[in-house]
Amino acid sequence: MGNFLEGRYRTCNTTGLPVCLDAQFFIKAHAVAAVVFFLIGAIAALLIALTRWSAVHLLPAMWFYRVLTLHGLNMLIFWIISFEIAILYFAGTSLLNSRLFSRKVAWVAYVLMVVGALMVDYIVLIGKGDVLMTSYPPLKAHPLFYLGIIFFAVGTLIAVFNFFATVYIARRDKTYEGSMPLVAYGALAAAIIAVVTLLHGATVMIPSFLWSLGLVEHIDAGWYRLVWWGLGHPSQQINVAAMVAVWYFMATLTTGAKPLNETVCRAAFVFYILFINLASAHHLLVDPGLNASWKIWNTSYAMYLAVLASMIHGFTVPASIEVAQRLKGFTRGIFNWLTSAPWGDPGFASIFLSIVIFGFIGGITGVTLGTEQINIIAHNTLRIPGHFHATVVGGTTLAFMGLTYYVVPLIFQRDFYFKKWARVQPYIFASGVVLLSLGMSFAGSYGVPRRHWDVNFTGAPLSAGFDAAAHFFLGVLGIGGILAFTGALIFIVLTVLAVFFGKSIAGQPFHGWQPAEKFKLSMEIFSRKKDEKFEQIAHKVPGTVVLVFVLLISFMVYYFANWKALADVWWVR
Amino acid sequence: MSIKSPESNWFKPPEGSERLWVGVALVWCMVMFLAMPYWHFKGKQNSTGESYAVTPAEFQKRVNRFVETNKVGEKNGIPVVEPSPGGDAYLMGQMWRWYPILKLKEGQTYRLHISSVDLQHGFSVLPININFQVLPGYDHVLTLTPTSKGIFQVICNEFCGIGHHLMTGQIIVE
Ligand code: HEM
Ligand SMILES: [Cu+2]
Ligand SMILES: [Cu+2]
Repeated sequence: MGNFLEGRYRTCNTTGLPVCLDAQFFIKAHAVAAVVFFLIGAIAALLIALTRWSAVHLLPAMWFYRVLTLHGLNMLIFWIISFEIAILYFAGTSLLNSRLFSRKVAWVAYVLMVVGALMVDYIVLIGKGDVLMTSYPPLKAHPLFYLGIIFFAVGTLIAVFNFFATVYIARRDKTYEGSMPLVAYGALAAAIIAVVTLLHGATVMIPSFLWSLGLVEHIDAGWYRLVWWGLGHPSQQINVAAMVAVWYFMATLTTGAKPLNETVCRAAFVFYILFINLASAHHLLVDPGLNASWKIWNTSYAMYLAVLASMIHGFTVPASIEVAQRLKGFTRGIFNWLTSAPWGDPGFASIFLSIVIFGFIGGITGVTLGTEQINIIAHNTLRIPGHFHATVVGGTTLAFMGLTYYVVPLIFQRDFYFKKWARVQPYIFASGVVLLSLGMSFAGSYGVPRRHWDVNFTGAPLSAGFDAAAHFFLGVLGIGGILAFTGALIFIVLTVLAVFFGKSIAGQPFHGWQPAEKFKLSMEIFSRKKDEKFEQIAHKVPGTVVLVFVLLISFMVYYFANWKALADVWWVR
Repeated sequence: MSIKSPESNWFKPPEGSERLWVGVALVWCMVMFLAMPYWHFKGKQNSTGESYAVTPAEFQKRVNRFVETNKVGEKNGIPVVEPSPGGDAYLMGQMWRWYPILKLKEGQTYRLHISSVDLQHGFSVLPININFQVLPGYDHVLTLTPTSKGIFQVICNEFCGIGHHLMTGQIIVE
């Protein structure tokens, strides 16, 4: 039984899930803030992509680094985390059938986050924070830069606390029976990781703030990197956990999928929590002061158990879709279930493309570049942003876009205009991100540095430069960037139009992306007991097996090719 | 279940294809894990992180001494310095140059000390593409054996201010 306050909840007309109206208010607030930050980050993205495209070389040096700082912070921190708080509020209330713990706490968190982010953006734009997102000392920014980040982080911690308190009252009031739903479980995993990373953030940002005020004399560069990346890398695991939760959620909503084996899926989330906090090592593999065994143990998250977790989710999500589709009767051949999937539903298209890009590009490159020794031929080259634009953009951001196509009608209760554009948007964005990421990765394999204004080194005392192939791939980066920006802009425009000017659909079910009867069928498949027929199909998912083995083979080829490339460079110890 | 609580008997081991995949993935993870210690002992390219504390002023002194004793020429006004094979070589990262130009012999091994006297820098040798992090306060020692001849560019791949793209250097291998 829910514990909602009288008159402060409603039932979703589409999914039948309960919606706490207080949570709904803050979900909207955080989602709107997230999209605004995304817009800032996307404009910045276009400008820097057109600067890295060496034939265009748009911005002057100063503005390149300034806009790059703006891009990193608004995208990786403000957009992603704001959206994640919206997800936490949703998972804690609607999925657990509970009210939000506290409106007051939610307000405090929200104000801190927004004010903090605006402070940081202001300082960066007036040129007092040209230190890039990582603000490595001895580079120093204005004190308000650090304070803004601290505000944002504390706001996030408070919001996460509100989520934990919501889970607590849901358990106390027994609002749900048995174990919590998997998506809520994934959100809980993300929240736990968030606390750990934010504590790292506090450990490093508070001394930096004092240092910028002149109250602390010295910050050790190596120490800063170690702790900063304790914030920077594990927070990517928040994104992964949240993204995977969204995959499960959207797979259910768009195809009626449910996990084959709850134990496996839940264990995989636990692996994230247990092993990810070691990951600051990924950024320190060629740093001085840290020895090889430390690097090997930590970069592999203790024997790659967190990678195992991602490989598991990468199987279970498509497999659950395959089973649902087969139960609907799409049983012909190996891939009929996939070809007859709802590709015109932007919710489905987004998450499936997200799974593919995250797995095939992001995952494979990430593990390879994060291998202790291989990092020697990758560190701080464009291969690194090539990797993470496939995880956090092609993976997380695209999944969040897909979710937004359902959040707007179900939570804001507004209809979209120009639905055709929404249906193609995931494809435009995904192809842009793929080109962007491949352009970066290949340019990087020639040694082209990341965060670099001029790869022709014009005016340098000793000349340096790259051959035509590297410049060609910078062109691919540029064209991919334009395409990805276009996709991002379509998403933003459609969302803003719907949220602020869309027709209200309160009180009606939403079937804008798939016909009502298809949705009904999906929900029937979802609600079916796990009977013998289900188990029979679930034990044999040939399409997914083919997909994951193609993934594994690509993985092996890329991985060993990199060892080979490493073996060819100078000897070094 | 994803958006509903699971049936109460959900705790069970994986079966069928899922079990196969979990097993295969686990084996692959172990292979990748063991590859690193293997290469640490058998491979020729490793990142041991050997380093010693040094103040920027002290490091600068060592670099100057190194340049004085081993200088063999000049290029664009920058000293070209040839350390003795098996000996110590120094490279200083500074906004915005790598100092001095090094002249090494193919197949010889050097203990290359790299540090910064101001911000963080990134030691990146092109076109072979090897990269190491350079931090002020840390004397990062690379035991380096060039295995190919030529003139190699050293660039900076850690953001070090507005002149970051001007920061270049050279290693000549004969
Ligand atoms: C909309 C499409 C996007 C384009 C065209 C784009 C393009 C770029 C480019 C060209 C760079 C600079 C690479 C360099 O010089 O080192 C960059 C850096 C970066 N991007 Fe994106 N990006 C996009 C979306 C995103 C999103 C959605 C995120 C995060 C969720 C993101 C996170 C980052 C981060 C963290 C950096 C590194 C910043 C740094 O080095 O300090 N990007 N991006
Ligand atoms: Cu530099
Ligand atoms: Cu630099």
